[in-house]
Amino acid sequence: MRSAGDLVARVQLSKKLRIGEAKKYVADKLRVGVKELSDPVIMSEVRADLGFGIMMPLGGTPKGLECKFNIARVLDLDINCLNRFKRMAGL
Amino acid sequence: MSKIFTRMGDGSPLEMTESELRQDLEDGVAEAVEKAEVPPLSSDEIQYLVDLFKREDRIVGVEPGKEIVLSYDAATLKIKRHSLFEDRVNCLAIYERLLGADTLELCHVDYSYKPLKPIISYEQATMEQALAATHSPMFYGAMPNLGLYTQPDGPFPNPMELLPMGKIKEGRESYDRMVESAVEDICFIAEAMHESGADGINLDTVGASGDPDFKASLMATERIRAKFPDYGIEMGMAGEFVLGMHGEMFHDGTRLAGLYPRDQLRLAEKAGVSIFGPVVNTNANESVPWNLARTIAIIKPCSEEARIPIHANMGMGVGAVPVTDYPPVDVVSRASKAMVELCRLDGL
Repeated sequence: MRSAGDLVARVQLSKKLRIGEAKKYVADKLRVGVKELSDPVIMSEVRADLGFGIMMPLGGTPKGLECKFNIARVLDLDINCLNRFKRMAGL
Repeated sequence: MSKIFTRMGDGSPLEMTESELRQDLEDGVAEAVEKAEVPPLSSDEIQYLVDLFKREDRIVGVEPGKEIVLSYDAATLKIKRHSLFEDRVNCLAIYERLLGADTLELCHVDYSYKPLKPIISYEQATMEQALAATHSPMFYGAMPNLGLYTQPDGPFPNPMELLPMGKIKEGRESYDRMVESAVEDICFIAEAMHESGADGINLDTVGASGDPDFKASLMATERIRAKFPDYGIEMGMAGEFVLGMHGEMFHDGTRLAGLYPRDQLRLAEKAGVSIFGPVVNTNANESVPWNLARTIAIIKPCSEEARIPIHANMGMGVGAVPVTDYPPVDVVSRASKAMVELCRLDGL
């Protein structure tokens, strides 16, 4: 969460992509350069803008499941716990 | 000539000349070539390692653009191991938001699938709470640990007691029944955790009980994958070499005993694993350069052939990291950098 490792890991896990392809997938979706994915200053701003969750999530910022909804939408991923959340909440 | 500082495989400090360093690197590769039947490293790769160990920096890192994912097994267990009595949901948030972990893993202190069945409802509730409070991909992890299936702890006769009595057939039959039972347990837990919203299941320390342990993991993977095509399945191995405790156990026509990482990967990939974690064990009686050269020579063909992400195991006692509870950052960072850059790994 300091940069984009959790996002790249999520793509690796759900799409079985190797590191180069997974990084490119995330960078393209976020509209940043691949090298920027590991920059904590740039990525903290990108994450805050997109509501992906940051290391110090103070009041008024999205947290936990709220961020996962944003991650799923922007990265075009299916996240298992969100399906459960919708099922349990009757959404 | 100035000496090069490095360490033995037990972590103790060691000084070598450049020629001693080069000799250890070449000996490590030769050992890998002989035992694992892998190609040797090139002269450029040996020179890369010589230059790496000659650097006087305390910590080294990969070149920009070569950063990889850092995944973690048994996160909640490791907080407890430090006698920090923190709630497991908080442990995972600490891993994510203080330690910067890229993946999370909820686990129970027993860390084996079999004892989880009676307490699964409690584990599911914790998983559901943890998923609501964190952001990174979340695994539930445990070991197949076939050792728990033998009498007196489990229901089946112990092959290690049967074999010395010459009861080889009975011992193998017992292993066959243990495999069936372990597959049921792993699938039961995996399904429950999928229902609770987990991103994936981690089969950790696979092969610790030899070829039956690996067989159970492959069968469970196939069954989980058939039922949940999008579920993450990580398989981390226990050792570089599958021990032939049964000896005649096959999967897809391949004998499991004696398989090294490249052949382990082929079966894991075909079974439906999402991320594979190969292991090379550290020899405490040899130097870190010897261990690292040997590790790279064994892991490189596995990573080159893989179509799925490879997260090599790098920690105390594996991946050329010394066998000590306090791995020194000088050799850990050198081993990590070389493994990523020479083996083209996707994660550690």
